[in-house]
This record gives sequence, structure tokens and C-alpha cells, in this order.
Amino acid sequence: MTSEVVIKADKLTKRFGDFIATNEVTFEVYVGEIFGFLGANGAGKTTAMKMLCGLSKPSSGNATIAGFDIYKQTEEIKKNIGYMSQKFSLYEDLTVIENIQFFGGIYGLSDKQLKAKSNELIETLGLQNEAKKLVTSLPLGWKQKLAFSVAVIHEPKIVFLDEPTGGVDPVTRRQFWDLIYSAADRGITIFVTTHYMDEAEYCNRVSIMVDGVIRALDTPANLKRQYSATLMDEVFYELARGAKRKSD
Amino acid sequence: MKQFLSFVRKEFYHVFRDSKTLLMLFGIPIVLIILFGFAVTNEIKNAKIVVCDYAKDPASQEIINKLSVSETFLLDRALLSPSQVEEAFRKEDIKLAIIFPANFYKDLQHLNKAQVQIIADGSDPNAASTLTQYATSVIMEYQQKLIQNAKMPYTISPEVRMLYNPELKGTINFVPGIMALVLLLICVLMTAVSIVKEKETGTMEVLLVSPFNPFLVIISKAIPYLALSLVNLAVILLVSVTLLDMPINGSVLLLFGASTLLIICALSLGLLISNVTQSQQSAMLISVMGMMLPTMLFTGFMFPLENMPNALQVFSNIIPSKWYYIIIKSVMIKGLGFSAIWKETLILFGTTCFFLIISLTKFKIRLA
Repeated sequence: MTSEVVIKADKLTKRFGDFIATNEVTFEVYVGEIFGFLGANGAGKTTAMKMLCGLSKPSSGNATIAGFDIYKQTEEIKKNIGYMSQKFSLYEDLTVIENIQFFGGIYGLSDKQLKAKSNELIETLGLQNEAKKLVTSLPLGWKQKLAFSVAVIHEPKIVFLDEPTGGVDPVTRRQFWDLIYSAADRGITIFVTTHYMDEAEYCNRVSIMVDGVIRALDTPANLKRQYSATLMDEVFYELARGAKRKSD
Repeated sequence: MKQFLSFVRKEFYHVFRDSKTLLMLFGIPIVLIILFGFAVTNEIKNAKIVVCDYAKDPASQEIINKLSVSETFLLDRALLSPSQVEEAFRKEDIKLAIIFPANFYKDLQHLNKAQVQIIADGSDPNAASTLTQYATSVIMEYQQKLIQNAKMPYTISPEVRMLYNPELKGTINFVPGIMALVLLLICVLMTAVSIVKEKETGTMEVLLVSPFNPFLVIISKAIPYLALSLVNLAVILLVSVTLLDMPINGSVLLLFGASTLLIICALSLGLLISNVTQSQQSAMLISVMGMMLPTMLFTGFMFPLENMPNALQVFSNIIPSKWYYIIIKSVMIKGLGFSAIWKETLILFGTTCFFLIISLTKFKIRLA
């Protein structure tokens, strides 16, 4: 891992009327890092992430993604990021292979790349028998793994994952993280939000958001030492219990 | 370009895999056309009428023969007293009674003047006036013949000719209206639902994060529906011509051109609706409610616009289907060329641009 900065957020703020969803959030993410973006429901994680992806316009503050400004260079940013939304983000009425080809297609992969990539994906995920089946017939865990693979089909610099493992069993979650690790090994920076504290342990560094502000940011080991905890769970509880916002 | 093709192909998959969409796309138009073509018609056929011939002379016989040949009437020759006639109206479903008094022909010959009584069921005013008109015209025709034979001077006989639709067929009026209704309704509904569906399932977020241009999202969504709507139009025309004897007197190219304009207009309205709704159900509801009523009321094929209050007449001008209806009627029935409909086409083009610009500027590239 290098110390080259790939995401830089500087006092990023989003207001909805009187409500400040994220309040002057400042942090840096390094190339090849797995960055865990933690927080209770309603803490402002998704809002912050949407601003970084260009889905939502910040009220104030600055940020650069892969060196591109989030106000002026959104087109450049889009080419360099992948995104997996909280909602399931594949087309259920398309087959596995059609989904791969569609997303590869809109990211501008050539026919040759697309063919190689879809064979590789189906191979890694072990979906040989399901390739021509509709996605809707797959179990949730497989769908999530497929969605992740599709999100990094164009080998982006950064991939944003918004609670990717919601509702998935522990074994599948572990497999999902294997996919994340192998993407990180290829040099893709991972920016992931999650509720699961065991997953926080897998990250290189984590930030914990409470009521729209980042309350802690360090490696899981350092955070545990700082709060004299044995598990990330305890660290999170220590910080999040003071939250004034009700979760939704 | 390749991105664009991937997207268009995906849209076709969506349409062809959803049986509900397919049914809506091709089922509704055919059902509506057949329904309006056959069932809902203002023509009257085989109306039961009673003829009471007290005269039984050559004149009355000839008129009765003419009436019985007509498809409009189903004759019942009976000699009924006035009270029986009334009874028949109440109990049987007769629509008209024609009574020839005794000495009908004699009066005609000697007094140059004879009377015949026509009684109609006024509880259905439209049918009553159509039937009495028809009966009167049969009698007038006979009178005309007599006058010719007698060579009487100075008679003015108006010769009425119904241009473009000599038989006054209802389908000729309805089919262009249904075309407008169906194209608007289906296109608005399809676009609105297909865009809102992406919002609902979360795929819209993924599309907006991708380098694929948001405006291309719209265009690639519009193209399959435009293509399918044109196929739809061809089916409607085929059904109308083969089953309903609808004429196409003008240029088919012009017909498709004007329809394309209306379809684009409908697509932009659908886009507009998709911007303000979050769920497929509400998109569907707004499309159907918002399109059905104004189109039915203000296109002019159900209710004549000329009879509406001024305010509503002015309002009807922003309804695109009104202009489309005028164009289609001119081309299909009157067989007119572009020079005759350029004004309406220009207005339709203007409305289309108007809705297109509004919906494109309203389309949210960012989600919040």
C-alpha cells in the first residue's frame, strides 16, 4: 500500500433544509486501501458516499476523486469509479451473462474485452450453469457477488460499496470479502459502508460517523487500543451510543 | 455508440420478457379499435319500426317498400290504433312508428298535399332524430319522383351529399381518435413506468454513476418504444383497413410521420411523469388518469369541440391529440397532402418541442 491519496474530502457538507446530513466531513483514502466507512443508520454515510460518486451535489466543501474535482470533472470521475448501491443493482429480468454484457457495454468495453471478462467472471464466481438463467432466480448471496464483480468490470481506480452485504449469511459474507481482497490486490481502492463490525475488522482503516460528523478514523487495531476494547463492536458502541439522531 | 446499442438491446429484453408490457402494448390497441369500431357506434342498424298503413294505396306501398329495403329499419307491418301504437312504444322496443292515413294517395293526387305521421321514441334523442331524418328522406325521395313526373315548375330541391363519408359511418370518426388515444396512452405509460422502475429497483443510481450520458439513458429508453409504437400503429391501421373498412386515401408516409411526432410528444410526457413519481403504481395512475380523460374530451372524436364553452375550447389547443386527430383525418379520409395540414403539423411539432424541453430540463441527473 502506498500513501498516494486517491480520495480526498475537505469539509464536505450536505444540508437538506435545516437538517445537516453530513457536517464538514474531512478525510483521505490511500491507493489500494480498504476503507471502512462506518456509522449507524441515519449517520450520514450514504449521503457522503453519494456526494463522492457524483449522485448528490454537496452544499459546501471540496473533494477530489482520483485527482478529479467532484464539481467540475464529474465525467472523468465516472470513468474511474465503480458503484454498488444499497438496493440490489442488477437487472432481475436479464440473465447473468446479459447483465455482465450490458454493464460492460455501458462502460465502453470492447467486444473482445467483454468476452474475456464475462468468461473470467463466470469462472471465478462458479456460475457456469447459471450464466443463461435470469438473475432473479439466483440466491441473494450469489446476486451480491455478481453485483460486485459487475461493479468492478471496468477495473476502476475506486469502487464504492454501499452496505454490500446486507441480509447475506456469514459464509457468503466471508466469500464476498474474498472478492473484495482480490480486487484490492489488483490495486482497486475499496470504499465500503457497513453495519457489521466483524467486517470492520477486515478493513485497513475505518472511520466512524456519528450524527453527520466523523468521530474516529484509524486502523481497527489502533482504535481498539485507543478505546481499550477487544472488538470493533465495543469501539463502535462507545462512539455511537451518544448519537442524538434516531436511526430510521 | 456501442454503449448506446447495449442499452437499447437491454430495453428490448425488458419489453419482450414482460408479458404484461407486451399485452398492454399490443392488446389494448386492438381491443379498443375493435370495441369502438363495432360496439360503440353512432350508426343505427336494424331499428325496429312499426308501419300502420291505413291507406294501402300505390303511394304508401311504394314508400313502405323503400323503407323495408333499408338496412336501418326492421319493419313490422301492423294496423294499430293510436293507443296500441303508444302501447307498442312502451312494451316493445320499437323506435319509430310511421302512420299512413286512409286516402293518402287520393289526397296527394287531388289536393296536392298529403300527410304522414312519424312518431319516434324521444327518450333516446340521438337515435330518434337520426331515424326520423332517415324516414323523412325516404318520403322526400318519393315526393321528388312525383314532382319530376308532374313537371311542376319552381321547385327547389336541395341535394345533400356527405363528403368523404357518404354513408356517415361512425368508424371513420372513431378510428383516428382511437389511434390518438392509444398512441398517447401507451407511450406515456411505457416510458414513465420503465424509468420509474429503474428508480425503484436502484439501477438508476448505478446508471447515473456510470460514464453513460444521462440524456442517452433517456434516448435509449425512447427508441425501443418509438419503434414498438410504430409497429403498433401499423397493426392498428391493418385492423382498421381490413376489419373496419377504413380508407387510407392519403400518403401512408405522412401518416407515419405525424404519428412519430405524436409518439415523441408522448414519450416526453412520460419522461415528465417519471420525474415527479417514485413508484411504478403512481406513474401508472398518473399516466392513465392524466392522459385518458383530456384525450377523450378534447380530441374531438367523442364530443364536438365546437359546442364547448370558450375556455375549454382554448384549453383544448394544448392537447396534442387534437391536432394529431385533425391531421390523421385529413390524410386518411380526405386524402390531403402536407400542404393542407402544415399548420396543424407545425402546432403539433411546437407542442412536442415544448414538452420535450421541459422534461429534459426537469430530468434529474443527480438524485438529490
